[in-house]
Amino acid sequence: MSGETLTSAEYIKHHLQNLTFGRLPDGTLGLAHSAEQAKEMGFWAINLDTTIIAFILGVVFLFFFARAAQKASVGVPGGLQNFVEWVIEFVDNTVRGSFTAKNEVVAPLALTIFAWILLMNLMDLLPIDYIPQIAHAVGLPFIRVVPTADPNATFGMSVAVFFLVVFYSIKIKGLGGFVGELTLQPFGKLGLPANIFLEGVNLIAKPVSLALRLFGNMYAGEMIFILIALMGASASVTLGSSVLFGSQIVLSLGWAIFHILIVTLQAFIFMTLTIVYMDMAHQEHH
Amino acid sequence: MNINATLLAQTIMFILFVWFCMKFVWPPIMQALTERKKQIADGLAAGERGRHDLELASRRATESMHEAKQKAGEVIAQAEKRAAQVIEEAKGLAKEEGDRILAGARAEIEQEINRAREQLRQQVAELAIAGAEKILRREVDAKAHAELLASLKNEI
Repeated sequence: MSGETLTSAEYIKHHLQNLTFGRLPDGTLGLAHSAEQAKEMGFWAINLDTTIIAFILGVVFLFFFARAAQKASVGVPGGLQNFVEWVIEFVDNTVRGSFTAKNEVVAPLALTIFAWILLMNLMDLLPIDYIPQIAHAVGLPFIRVVPTADPNATFGMSVAVFFLVVFYSIKIKGLGGFVGELTLQPFGKLGLPANIFLEGVNLIAKPVSLALRLFGNMYAGEMIFILIALMGASASVTLGSSVLFGSQIVLSLGWAIFHILIVTLQAFIFMTLTIVYMDMAHQEHH
Repeated sequence: MNINATLLAQTIMFILFVWFCMKFVWPPIMQALTERKKQIADGLAAGERGRHDLELASRRATESMHEAKQKAGEVIAQAEKRAAQVIEEAKGLAKEEGDRILAGARAEIEQEINRAREQLRQQVAELAIAGAEKILRREVDAKAHAELLASLKNEI
């Protein structure tokens, strides 16, 4: 729908391209205007859409929660405070349910993960073409509104969680304990290479699975929205296309309602797994 | 879809957000929640205590009412007994008084009878003297025969 000249493949590609800022082939800094250009920028480029939207959503989350925290009182809570307290009690209960050690980072960490990821996932429910169209009108070649459908964002978070897990593992068990856990289990001293391999995979699998699960779900959800949108995109006015247009509305609605579940579930899973990983980092014996 | 520096930006933002949340969001709300929980628990305990007190007080009230009733019954019984006693006493007094009055009246009557008898005797004596005077007119001197008359009067 973003131009008559686009084919279906181009439409999909357009929707899946981030707004990347980096060094262009001619040596100047600027926005990539095609997927190839973005690829050529290499690692030292930044997806402006992902970064800025994620930042705005994080600030929105913290703004409302900090406001509620500022006004937090023992008296009868008002609307915002009620909601915030409800979310916090939910997170607190989840943390208490699966985290047995004592660490005051875990609960705020879990809250931040849940609220931030939920907000980022919810961007998926915005009509798929609105914001790219607006961006197009302003002059930006691409924009993707769902930060969690960008693997950079999900890996960014899971890497941070991974470092926290490693940090607390070493802090609680000592460097020796951490290394011992990696090398001396489950086969004892004789099976050292096998141990390193198994435990290494185990360790690396945590951030990778955490990031890929969220990314995969949101990417697939976005893709289905794109495909549904394509149904109504055949612009020629025929009877068939108007039927397709009608079914696009119905399908979008259905998928959006179903997607609300996925959006919340994925945020919850990310939070719960983080808590579990942090708990494992605090357990003395594996 | 490339991995690029966005990853680093996201990690940094994530750490900053978690830090902010840990510093400014979580503790005050948690504190408010804990305090409110405590306040509610206190309030419930106070309510329970109040109910207990009320129960105790009502039991005590019933008890004291019962006691008062008993005491009132006792007082009434005592008063009745006293009243009966007073009536008895009054009856005794009245009887005594009546007896005395009766005795006085009897004595007076006796006195009156005696006086009447004396008078009658006097009159009879006078009549006798008058009769005798009529009979003896000239011969009998009242003064000369006074002694005789007096003895006559005594004999009657």
